[in-house]
This record gives sequence, structure tokens and C-alpha cells, in this order.
Amino acid sequence: MTDLTCKLLVIGAGPGGYVCAIRAGQLGIDTIVVDEAAPGGTCLNIGCIPSKALIHAAEEFHRITEADAGPLGIATSPPSIDLSKTVEWKDGIVKRLTGGVAGLMKRAGARFVAGRARFLDGKTVLVTKDGEETQIRAEHIVIASGSAPVELPFLPFGGDILSSTEALALPEVPKTLAVVGGGYIGLELGTAYAKLGTNVTVIEAAERILPTYDKALTMPVAKRLAGLGVTVLTDTKAEGYEGGHMQTDKGSIEAEKVLVTVGRRPRTQGIGVEELALTLDGPFIRIDKTCQTSMRGIYAIGDVTGEPMLAHRAMAQGEMVADHIAGHAVEWDKRAIPTVCFTDPEIVTCGALPGEIEDTTSSEFPFMANGRAMTCERDDGFIRVVYRDADHAIVGLQGVGAGISELSAAFSSAIEMGACLEDIASTIHAHPTQSEGLQEACLKALGHALHI
Amino acid sequence: MGIHAIRLPDIGEGITEAELTEWSVKVGDVVKEDDVLAIVMTDKASVEVPSSVDGTIAELSGEIGDQIAVGSVLIRIEVDGEGNEADIAATSAAPEPKKEAAPEPKLAKPAPKTEAPKPAPVAKPATPVARTQGTKPLASPSVRARARAEGIDLRQVPGSGPAGRISQEDLDQWIASGGIQQGQVTRGANTGIEEVRVIGMRRKIAEKMQLSKRQIPHISIVEEVEMEALESLRGQLNAKYKDERPKLTLLPFLMRAIVEAVREQPGLNARYDDEAGVIYRHGGVHIGIATQTPNGLNVPVIKHAEAANLWDNAGELARLADAAREGSIKIDELQGGTITITSLGPLGALATTPIINHPEVAIVGVNKMQVRPVWDGQQFQPRKMMNISCSFDHRVIDGWDAAVFVQKLKTLLETPAMLFVEG
Repeated sequence: MTDLTCKLLVIGAGPGGYVCAIRAGQLGIDTIVVDEAAPGGTCLNIGCIPSKALIHAAEEFHRITEADAGPLGIATSPPSIDLSKTVEWKDGIVKRLTGGVAGLMKRAGARFVAGRARFLDGKTVLVTKDGEETQIRAEHIVIASGSAPVELPFLPFGGDILSSTEALALPEVPKTLAVVGGGYIGLELGTAYAKLGTNVTVIEAAERILPTYDKALTMPVAKRLAGLGVTVLTDTKAEGYEGGHMQTDKGSIEAEKVLVTVGRRPRTQGIGVEELALTLDGPFIRIDKTCQTSMRGIYAIGDVTGEPMLAHRAMAQGEMVADHIAGHAVEWDKRAIPTVCFTDPEIVTCGALPGEIEDTTSSEFPFMANGRAMTCERDDGFIRVVYRDADHAIVGLQGVGAGISELSAAFSSAIEMGACLEDIASTIHAHPTQSEGLQEACLKALGHALHI
Repeated sequence: MGIHAIRLPDIGEGITEAELTEWSVKVGDVVKEDDVLAIVMTDKASVEVPSSVDGTIAELSGEIGDQIAVGSVLIRIEVDGEGNEADIAATSAAPEPKKEAAPEPKLAKPAPKTEAPKPAPVAKPATPVARTQGTKPLASPSVRARARAEGIDLRQVPGSGPAGRISQEDLDQWIASGGIQQGQVTRGANTGIEEVRVIGMRRKIAEKMQLSKRQIPHISIVEEVEMEALESLRGQLNAKYKDERPKLTLLPFLMRAIVEAVREQPGLNARYDDEAGVIYRHGGVHIGIATQTPNGLNVPVIKHAEAANLWDNAGELARLADAAREGSIKIDELQGGTITITSLGPLGALATTPIINHPEVAIVGVNKMQVRPVWDGQQFQPRKMMNISCSFDHRVIDGWDAAVFVQKLKTLLETPAMLFVEG
């Protein structure tokens, strides 16, 4: 058994943990980060990045499929895809990124210890790897253990029942796929497989897909799904899977594979968090404004601390915690956390939705009136601004449209900087871009939209 | 289609310019004949400038607060048919008519664009509002970080940006002003500065006061007056005529006292043209009454106070004061005073130093009436007492004459029977 000591120990090398370690290293804090898998966590290994790779591949494939019938005069022959090669390419990207993260941590001076961590007490963690044990004592410990897909008791993962992890590494494109759960993960992957030619059925228990968003935002996605031939069954409950058939309360569906995406649970079990008796917030670890838990010296960041379970939230928390441990005056004061659904079209939200805050009004600009959107053959969707009536401060921005994820920076900057309608309306937005829709939505709110 | 120019009309004798205080229309508005276009201010009175034609506003010539000379162009209106300005091209703001299309009759029609219905929710102009409790102050991340580092509670920092956004400069100012540290329960220094333009009536008042104080070396005299007899008489008269005549305040009696006093000292009922070096002693006693209106100080003038009885003067005073407060007073009712009374009623204090209403030479200030102990030779008696504070133009009135005038007023007010002795 090896004994190590450090000032800061980070459990989990996902986006929260590795950013915390890099920043702590920059600040000269003696830091160790522990993870049983490769650095990068769910995001880099089995989440954001590989799913975007698959979505891109599917989109490219689909474009070629559609080109023949399209208005651009392009003639092609039907493409084919070797999914194992796609997965290989995707794995290459993942490897490049995880290797990059390892390098960044090393350069910052943080040590990486591979293995599974378990708390012995509030200052000591035991790391196990292939029977070898390392005991690490630290002044400060950051729990960044992330989350795992929720399993349904009647649809246990394994075999043809896939979690998102397995769905990102299929050797070939399934003929039929049932997606249980119409949230963003299920729709992203379901759409990708539909574009690769799979006959996809989405089963959602709520009355519509993406139930956390409003109807206007999800409508273009629902339309596109229908166009891609995806069957969406809302108000439908999955009940079980047997012999290539998915059972629901509304009947049976043929499905070669079943993807279960009904949410993610924080990974607090198995690392000894129970023994520490930290105050919880439902299944999540309760934290204060500086991400401190109820036990002195122990911090928690990322998915274990609750919604929204997003990599960029975890990163910002990790950075802040490192600064806090270094003695800087910091606290969580973010005004808004943008969320992106890489559905087709993409959805971006940042800040308040219409009606979420009293005395606010919203204004929309449709891409139907945007030149760039037309030239991309995608004039579906819109950009919407939610502003306070009294002083025009922008409190929310949403958009749905092809490729709109890149506008998320404009959305979050506007809110974080405290912009008003007038600020955005009088900022020059490059032509021809979809971002003009943001300016136009603000102009429209002020009563003088130019292009609608 | 032509351009009709509306010029600032001649709005009163001797008035050569007026201050533009309000535009009632904006460019593009459709106006009809007699619609009010603008409001200008002359010598304490507001005057509405109406349109003499139907048409569309093409140009506003001037900014609020500008002094506009009588006869100069105030506004240009696009009218059907020929305007009164020969050359359209000469007016820069007039729309360039397309030359080749000029003969087309449809161009002569007024543009129908104003009829288009507006899309549903439109943000009303944002006005700066106090930060609602519970909402986070608007500030960029760098400002927030700095405030945290300096231990400043941003909720207390006034923001100068739109929607009260707090900038680095606001933070600089807050720190420089010794802003309050976080956690301390103290009153925050209010470093906000509101810019109020001195325009309209306020500017007129300011100019007038400056002129009076700069030109006139004031001498002020304060005297005490016993009011028992006058108050008793006033009470009796009011009781007797309570159903038939307007209620008498102190002012009609004071006006009568002034009329009597200046009979012996005509030099005090005068207007002094200091540039020409001439004092105009008026036969008629035209008494200005300083009146507080919603827009500021106004001085309506009761003409020929010497020719009216107590009740007539009281009635005229009430009428003018109401008109001044409502803003319906006419210019000539604000001009031509020969002496002024200023009274703040119950707010009248012990003594004041009234400023003479240039070019007059004297002003009589009335202070608060109150019961005071008065030594009658044997004991203190409670008496209704009131001070009068009078100022005089020392260039043309000597201290002796001023004192005599004040004593005369005192005597008349203390022995009111003398007010009514003819001759």
C-alpha cells in the first residue's frame, strides 16, 4: 500500500474534475486527481463528444442520401456506411481528447492516479486498482464523481437493451430501434440512427418530447423527426422487451435494439459518500455558493450536485473551487447556464423561458425571414428573446434552428453581461448569418424589426 | 406638393423672442389646421402655436430650450398643393422627390405607411426604475468579480448604464465615494446626480432673479406690526358680508395700505429704467402679487388697486392667482407692476429678504402672524403680531425714505380706520 498526501484531491477526472485539477495546478496547489477510467469522464469518453461524432457522421450520410432528391441538382448513388469504421474514427477523436486532457493536467502540475476512490474519512481516500491500494490524505477533497444512466427495472441494460454508452459503439446500424425516453439524449441518438437508416420509434411517457422545453421550441424538432420517418409515441409507457418486440401500454413495437435514456442519476454510491453523512438534496449532494458540502474541506461539483447536469456547469464549478481553495474571493454568481440539444434542428436555451419570470415579455424572429437560413435549405426555427418590461434587461434567450448551437455563446454573453434589448439591437450582427435573427428579435421587441 | 413654413407669430407687444418649451408634434405626424404644433414661453406665460394648414410635419426647426426669434421659421409642413416656400429643394429636410416620377399624381398622395398595424407586443420605452428587491443587479462578470474582491455589495451600488447596469466606472465612483462595506448596516451614499435642464419658466425666473439681484443694491427693513385691530375689523367684515362678498384675507388691506402710503411717497410706486436713467412714477398703483404655481413663481399684477375697494381687489386677486396656477393667465396680466407684495402665509417665517421685481423699486414682504407677548408698560399682553420685511432699490430710495414708508405701513395697519379716511 502506498501513502500519498496532497493539498487537494479531486475524485473524478470528468469536465468538472479535470478543470478543477488544471486550475488548481496553475494556482500552485499540490493536486491529485483520481479516476478509474481515462481522463475526460462521461463527456469525453461516452457522452458529449462521441455522441456529437456519431451525430455528425449520421448527418453526412443523410445528406448524401437526400442530395439526389434535393433541389441543388446534385446526383449521387445511395451511400453505404461501415459503422465499425465510424466508431473507430470516433474512438480516435476520444483518444486524442482524453490524451490531451491528461497532458493538460500534467502540464499544470496535477498528478493523476488511476483507480477507484472510496472515502475512509473526511480527509482520507482509499484508491484501489487491480488489487493495489493507495491511501491519499488531503486537506481539501472535491467530489466530482459525475452521473450514470438510470436503469429501468423492467429493462435492465445488457444484450439488446442499450444505455447511451453502448449506443455509441454499435458495430452495425440496427434495422429497428426503440428509444425509451424522449429527452435530449434519446432524441439526439435516435435522430442519428434514423439518419443512418434505422427505423426509429421514440416512446415518451409525457405528452410531448423534450418536456422541459416549451412547445414552440420543440415543434420544429417534432416536425423534423416526422420528416425523417421517426415514429414518436407520446403518453406511452414502456413495459418490457421480449423477442425483438418492445411492449408498451399502447401495444407492441418491433425493435432490434432498445435504447433507454430516461435520465441520469448522480454517482454517490460506492465511493463512501454515505459514510460521510453529507447533507443531501434529494439524490444530490447539497452545496453552498462556493460548492462546499456540509462537511468542512469537502466540495462537490458537477452532476453529483444536481441539475442542470451539464459539462460546462461542472467546468465552471471546478474552476471556481480551485480559486476558492487558493484563497480567492469567488462564489457562484452565474446568471445563466446555456443548454444545447443537438437534435435536428438544434435547440439552445439560456436563462428564463417565456412566462417563467413575472413582468417579462418575449419576442421571436423566425428563420423563415433570414437569408442565411434559406441558403442552407434550413429556414425552420426561430430566435426568441425574453426581456423585463420595466427596463428591457434580457433575462432569457432561446433558439431552435439548424446549427444554432454556435449561437449559444452570444446568448450567454448577452445575459451574463447584463445586456438590454437596446444593446443587442444596436450591435452590428454580421450578414448573412443566422445570428442576425438575434438582433432582429431584439429590434422586434422594440417595435422596429427591419426584416419582418 | 409644397412646403408650408410656420413662423413664430408675434405673441405680445414688445416680445422679440420666445423659448421653445415643448414640441407637440414630431416629424411625420399628420396635422390639421389649428392643431397645436409647439408651446413657447414668453415672459412667464406659455403660448401655444397652432398650425395654419393641414399637412404632414416635415421639419422641426429648433430644440427644446432654444430661444426662437419672432418671425423665424418654427416648423415646416408638407402640404397638398403649393406651400408658402417657393423652392422645395432649398429646405434640406424635405424629401427628395423622384424627378422622373414628379408629374405622377400618386406622389401627391400622403404616404399610407402610418396605417400599418403594429405587430403585437412592443416593448414600451424603458425608463430607469429602482432595482426591484430580489432581482440581481445587472453587471458584467468582471465587475462582479471585482466587487467581490473589494467586499462591495453590488446591490447597493448605483448603476449608470441602461437598466441600471453597473459598470467599472460606477464601481470606481462607489469606491472613491467611500462606499459602504458589505455586511455593515449603514446608509449608502447616494452618488447619483440628476441632470435637470433649466428651461422654460424656471429659466425665466432664474434670469429675472439674477437681473434683480445683480442690478439692484437692495436695502431691507423688517418691522413689527400689531394686528389686533386689523384682525378684529377683518373678522367683523367677513362675518357681516359672509354670504354676499368674497372673504377678505389680509392682502386687500395691505394693498390699501400700500395705496395710501405711496400717495405720500410716489417715488416708491415706480419703475426705474436704469439704462435710460429715468424713474417712471406711476399714478396708478399696479400691485404684483408673488404667486406660487406648479411651474414656479409667477407675479400676476392687480391693475389700479387705488381705484377699487377691498372686495374688488380681493376678487381680482383670487381670479389672477387661480389663472396663474392653472396656467391660463394672459401675458398682459403678468406685466406692468409698479410695486410687489410677497407673502408666504403661514410659511412666512419671522423675517425675509425679498428680491425686488425689476424694474420696480420696492417690494413688501408679509411674514407669519402669531400671538406674542407685548409689554404694555405694566405687564405682558398676548397680542397678534406680524412682521413685514420690505426691500428697496437703494440707488433711488434712501434709507430714510424707506424707513418712513415702512413706518407708514405699520401705522396704517395698526390703525385700520386710517385706511378709509378719504383725502
